[in-house]
Amino acid sequence: MALPALAIFVVFGVVPLVGVLLLSFTQWDGLGAINAAGLSNWRTVLSDPGLPHSLFVTFEIMILSWAVQTPISLLLGVFLAGRQRYRAVLAVLYFVPLLLSSAAIAITYKALLDPNFGLGAGLHLDFLAQDWLGRDHLALGVVIFVVSWQFIPFHSLIYQGGVRQIPTTLYEAASIDGAGRIRQFFSITVPQLKYTIITSSTLMVVGSLTFFDLIFVLTAGGPGDATRVLALDMYKRGFQANLMGPASVIAVLLVLIGLALALLLRRLGGSTTASQQEGA
Amino acid sequence: MTTSRRNFLRLSAGSAAMAAGLAACGTSGPKSTGESTGGGATGTGATYWYLTGQPQQGLREAQVKRFNAANPDSALKTNTFQNDAFKQKIKTAIGAGEGPTLIWGWGGGGLKSYVDAGQVEDLTSWFGENAALKESIFPSAFGAATVGGKIYAMPVETTTPIVLFYNRSAFEKIGAEPPQSWGDIMDLVPKFNDKGIAPFSLGGQSRWTSMMWLEFLFDRIGGTEVFQNIFDGKANGWSDPSAIKALEEMQKLIKAGGFIKGFSSITADSNADQALLYTGKAAMMVHGAWTYGGMKADGGKFVTDGKLGYMNFPPVDGGKGDPSTTVGNPGQYLSISAKASDAEKQVAKKFLATSTLDDASVDAWVKAGSIPVVKSSGEKLASVTDKFDAEWLKFVYDTSSKAKTFGQSWDQALSPTAAATLLDNIAKLFQLSISPQQFADSMNGVIGK
Repeated sequence: MALPALAIFVVFGVVPLVGVLLLSFTQWDGLGAINAAGLSNWRTVLSDPGLPHSLFVTFEIMILSWAVQTPISLLLGVFLAGRQRYRAVLAVLYFVPLLLSSAAIAITYKALLDPNFGLGAGLHLDFLAQDWLGRDHLALGVVIFVVSWQFIPFHSLIYQGGVRQIPTTLYEAASIDGAGRIRQFFSITVPQLKYTIITSSTLMVVGSLTFFDLIFVLTAGGPGDATRVLALDMYKRGFQANLMGPASVIAVLLVLIGLALALLLRRLGGSTTASQQEGA
Repeated sequence: MTTSRRNFLRLSAGSAAMAAGLAACGTSGPKSTGESTGGGATGTGATYWYLTGQPQQGLREAQVKRFNAANPDSALKTNTFQNDAFKQKIKTAIGAGEGPTLIWGWGGGGLKSYVDAGQVEDLTSWFGENAALKESIFPSAFGAATVGGKIYAMPVETTTPIVLFYNRSAFEKIGAEPPQSWGDIMDLVPKFNDKGIAPFSLGGQSRWTSMMWLEFLFDRIGGTEVFQNIFDGKANGWSDPSAIKALEEMQKLIKAGGFIKGFSSITADSNADQALLYTGKAAMMVHGAWTYGGMKADGGKFVTDGKLGYMNFPPVDGGKGDPSTTVGNPGQYLSISAKASDAEKQVAKKFLATSTLDDASVDAWVKAGSIPVVKSSGEKLASVTDKFDAEWLKFVYDTSSKAKTFGQSWDQALSPTAAATLLDNIAKLFQLSISPQQFADSMNGVIGK
């Protein structure tokens, strides 16, 4: 049973990974011959003053979008875990952004945010008619907002599932002890969702390393380099500047960072597979 | 996301722009026609990949149809792609030895990278044998097809210079005349701003839009040799005193409020920059000739009421450049894959000679509102019945054919590596986050790369 899965993993996972690692030690413009380049690509990329900036922007977007998404998703998930019919309808509505492609979302937001022909100008709402994508901090804010708008539904769904797993007996017991809803939320729901939070956070954090399409269409890394995340940096070097070697270096860095973060989050969650009901 | 002059293919407005945006992310694959293999030159028969977007697409289809009808034994197989999808696909395909027989492109630095990799056929001797064909094409179009003194592509399709467009109503509102010099431009800026009209529209997020300004300023201030030196790989070419002066003038105009508020977040793909001009929110716009069609189609009565004015970029007082010089796309280019079989190469050459700039094509291009890269296009102008189109086409023809030099857009002329750095730095220059000297220093670092 495991053999086909292993074969697929080797062909589509390990082979490209090794390929990229090898490419990072070569000089290649994507067209001609591939020449060995030793460590020169690594030296170029690691000494490039643009790299710390891209790293910073990547982590900035990762952390801020996590900080925005997690509480909202958690609250929405708890709310939607109730059983009334109208919540099912709302859940469907909330889920809609997830069904749209990132490129379509980016194009739509770009049109809505256009300072001259967008929502603000159309409705004569001056505060909305900002140069949203033309100023460093505004553009970063827009990226985080749009990312959150797109992915909160997905994480709400995860939390909704998590909340429904919590035995109702816990809440019944808490009620008898006189705990209010807020107390129940912090003393039962949140601790019981520990693993859900870790799963959701891992997906957010590792996923944010690959934010590319949305940013590419929305800001193309601009204005200047304000939203140039690592994945975009990789694309620009590889496919726009024809520098496959340095682009591969960034790809390897992305893999390493992703692995490190996933392991870190796993450690935070503890490696035991103990039941969530432990101590219940 | 970038693009043609590459982007002229987007003149067909909103829906096409959206599709191009989607295609950029790989959600829209190639569309094959007929019995196309979808693969490339490895199959049997010659192949030709070209771009979608009207009216160009229809013209290309008609060319292939005519050719295939006349040569049923050696029919061309075609694939079509969205602009951005094509740019990725063609490079990858050629690198993998899976490219088409006929390689459509923009010449210049991109072509040079194919030449350096030994991927395209040297056409010099073929043009020697077909002297009449070579003679019929604008000489200025061959610059971007030539690498190291050898011709590697045939100039085809249309010439599209960059033009200074203006809105006549906006000028009436402030009671001023269109600018005759750079000084006039600087004088007009406060006058327009006082009336709440932006002096210039600019789709700054696209970056190559801003680049067109530098192309003209470098030329008007220092003459064509400033960029020629850079192109030739002369060390520190970007810090030539004329270049620094041009960069300073550029930032002066930006600081004076020469461009519409929020230009850094406007893209050319959405044609919002054109809309700013025809809605009168901006008075002028430096943009490619390919935008004329878009403004005529989307601008209501803007063109047909005679509100659209246009001129070549004015001289800079005391500058060394020849004011007839223009920049932009001297043409589009078709190369033949060096990896194709001899039979396929023969078919491709036959197509180049008989179907790309034949009478029917020239006629169709002129009817579609463009000037094809052949001298005979001048004679066709008389057949244009629409008064505004006739005037416009004559202007484009004169600008292209009388230009002392027709410079190729920098991002096409330079290698992809240098072009990527250039566009990044131009965005920062226009945001005033780097100084002219810093711009020159970064650019000097990629000369010859």
